[in-house]
Amino acid sequence: RGRHALSWARAPAAALNFNCMLILLPVCRNLLSFLRGSIQFCSRTAARQLDRNLTFHKLVAYMIAFHTAVHIIAHLFNFEFFWDAQLTNDTSSLPYVLSQIGNNDNASFLNPIRNNHTSPTLITFTTIAGLTGVAITLALILIITSSMEVIRRSYFEVFWYTHHLFVIFFMGLVFHGYGRIVRGQTVSSLRTNQPERCFNHSDTWGEDGSDCAVPEFAGNPPGTWKWVLAPMILYVCERLVRFYRSHQKVVITKVVMHPSKTLELQMKRKGFRMEVGQYVFIQCPSVSRLEWHPFTLTSAPEEDYFSAHIRIVGDWTEALYQACGGDRTEPQEAWKLPKVAIDGPFGTASEDVFRYEVVMLVGAGIGVTPFASILKSVWYKHIQKNQEVYTKKIYFYWLCPETQAFEWFADLLQSLEGQMNDKGMSDFLSYNIYLTRWKETEAAHFRVHHEAENDPITGLKQKTLYGKPNWDNEFTNISTKHPGTKVGVFLCGPPQLGKALEKQCLSHSEADTQFIFNKENF
Amino acid sequence: MGKIEWAMWANEQALASGLILLTGGIVGVAGQFRGWQFAAYGVAAGVFVCLLEYPRGKRSKGTSVARTGQYCFTVCVKAFGPLTRNYYVRAFLHAAICVPGGFMLATVLGCVCLGIASLIYLAAAIRGEHWEPILPRTETQRKPVPPSIKNPPSNPPPRPPPEMRRKRVDDLEGAAYDNPIPVTANEY
Repeated sequence: RGRHALSWARAPAAALNFNCMLILLPVCRNLLSFLRGSIQFCSRTAARQLDRNLTFHKLVAYMIAFHTAVHIIAHLFNFEFFWDAQLTNDTSSLPYVLSQIGNNDNASFLNPIRNNHTSPTLITFTTIAGLTGVAITLALILIITSSMEVIRRSYFEVFWYTHHLFVIFFMGLVFHGYGRIVRGQTVSSLRTNQPERCFNHSDTWGEDGSDCAVPEFAGNPPGTWKWVLAPMILYVCERLVRFYRSHQKVVITKVVMHPSKTLELQMKRKGFRMEVGQYVFIQCPSVSRLEWHPFTLTSAPEEDYFSAHIRIVGDWTEALYQACGGDRTEPQEAWKLPKVAIDGPFGTASEDVFRYEVVMLVGAGIGVTPFASILKSVWYKHIQKNQEVYTKKIYFYWLCPETQAFEWFADLLQSLEGQMNDKGMSDFLSYNIYLTRWKETEAAHFRVHHEAENDPITGLKQKTLYGKPNWDNEFTNISTKHPGTKVGVFLCGPPQLGKALEKQCLSHSEADTQFIFNKENF
Repeated sequence: MGKIEWAMWANEQALASGLILLTGGIVGVAGQFRGWQFAAYGVAAGVFVCLLEYPRGKRSKGTSVARTGQYCFTVCVKAFGPLTRNYYVRAFLHAAICVPGGFMLATVLGCVCLGIASLIYLAAAIRGEHWEPILPRTETQRKPVPPSIKNPPSNPPPRPPPEMRRKRVDDLEGAAYDNPIPVTANEY
């Protein structure tokens, strides 16, 4: 019993080596951003996979947890077997004989349980392998429990601080094998005692006339470092890059309070370059030294500042709003504005928008922000600089649950609408705004003003529609209007909508028209 | 770190510890390890801790996400009143439960994890947190649905007072009003 326990322990250990190598890589976001930029020239599909880095990180983490469990259980059986072998006191039993080897020199032994006064528990806490094993398993368990979604979303500091136990995890992992507790027969011993011939004659090993000498064992050298050293170095580099970037000076040039609790920050940083639809992490030390929160950039690359529209929903955003003087009505002195730090910009699928001839942009609620950047960039490119842009037609869908969230974006659409009419390009952008929820009183208002020329909510000439779009119709219309083209579909919104759109893309991608689905995610 | 409810994390940690203690206990009993009695204890203790910790408590601030099917557990745990409401009790309970697990290798991991959960619960208790059950909202607590949505209006639309309703033959212009909805003849 328990003969195979060691193998059952070593197999997941090998898998753990591999998984621990992988786990650090998806969180090196600067490295990934750089990779994404380079791969894009070869294959857009490959580059898009890099957007799912956090999902991959979680999957590898689940694997690590699983393999750790198997590894520990196998070792439990393994050590119980070793203990039994030491305690049988039966010289005709092979395990007992093997356990007595090395009692004199304490070097050529096989069984880590050296005598019958010790126990697996004692061995666990007095060997390097045991101690590191317990320490890193504890670290792993604490990391996992503090990463549960409930904790992560509500108590960010607990998650972030506890997650740094991964440092202990990796250090312990590297040293886990240093005690060389896993033993194998030495090469020289294999010549004097061949296991296939000698295992039956354990009672005569080493005696005169026997052709089996007493076998000697030595520990196997630790191998985990070969797997994890490179990713650890890459991760250290990543943190150094983040640290360097966080110390570059960022100046807030303008703060705009928009209706419906949206704060716009316009900022400048020396040498900052962005593409459309990218995002940055913003830190405000006066609010929290630890928290870096991602926000999509709403400015176009052509502008001389970069901006983010921040919705005030939680503690950090509320504190940022206070720090920027949002609750005061008189203008603030520039020097009173808080210091901020920026990490990024990081790329997302929105960068690909201009590579498609026809584009469908779908934004739900605040998910419309990356598209603000795209539309502004379109405006600058076509209208001000008259550049030849590959994209010929944009279909824009904005799904919003309430009327109030419209304002800052409606202003943008209004100015775009006006400009396009002036240049006779009103065909370029076709936008549809869907109000998915409304109150009784509002509904009455809409009914009465149904005939008005401009939409009563947005003031735009294209009317607001009510309810949810009929995607089937929309996709069919677009594929009939643009046969034989690749249509890029970009979504920033909830996963259910993503699934629905993905299904539509697949079912409508027949004949020549291909719908390619890109999801923006954080 | 001002707004952390430690009890939320303690709960996750304790539930995980219960599962680990249970698993270690099962391994110890199934493998008939030396000291399997401690493993059997581990199974019982693990099950108990899991049952106690499965129902998530209500957050004092923010929306609480209940675990699937936790309602019956909530009712059971709530029945113990102050014993389960108070986190000092839970902290000491977990500390006491975890001790026998330390006597056998298979259960020692569950023991240490539960000990850590106990410490986090202690921190929660010191900060004055307590366990509140997440109960489904009863009918009376919901805002009443406006009757206008369900039934057609039972009263005619409001009209100006009678003296204004009288036809003012001397001012026919002022007596007229614009009907906002176009009036068409009945076509039934």
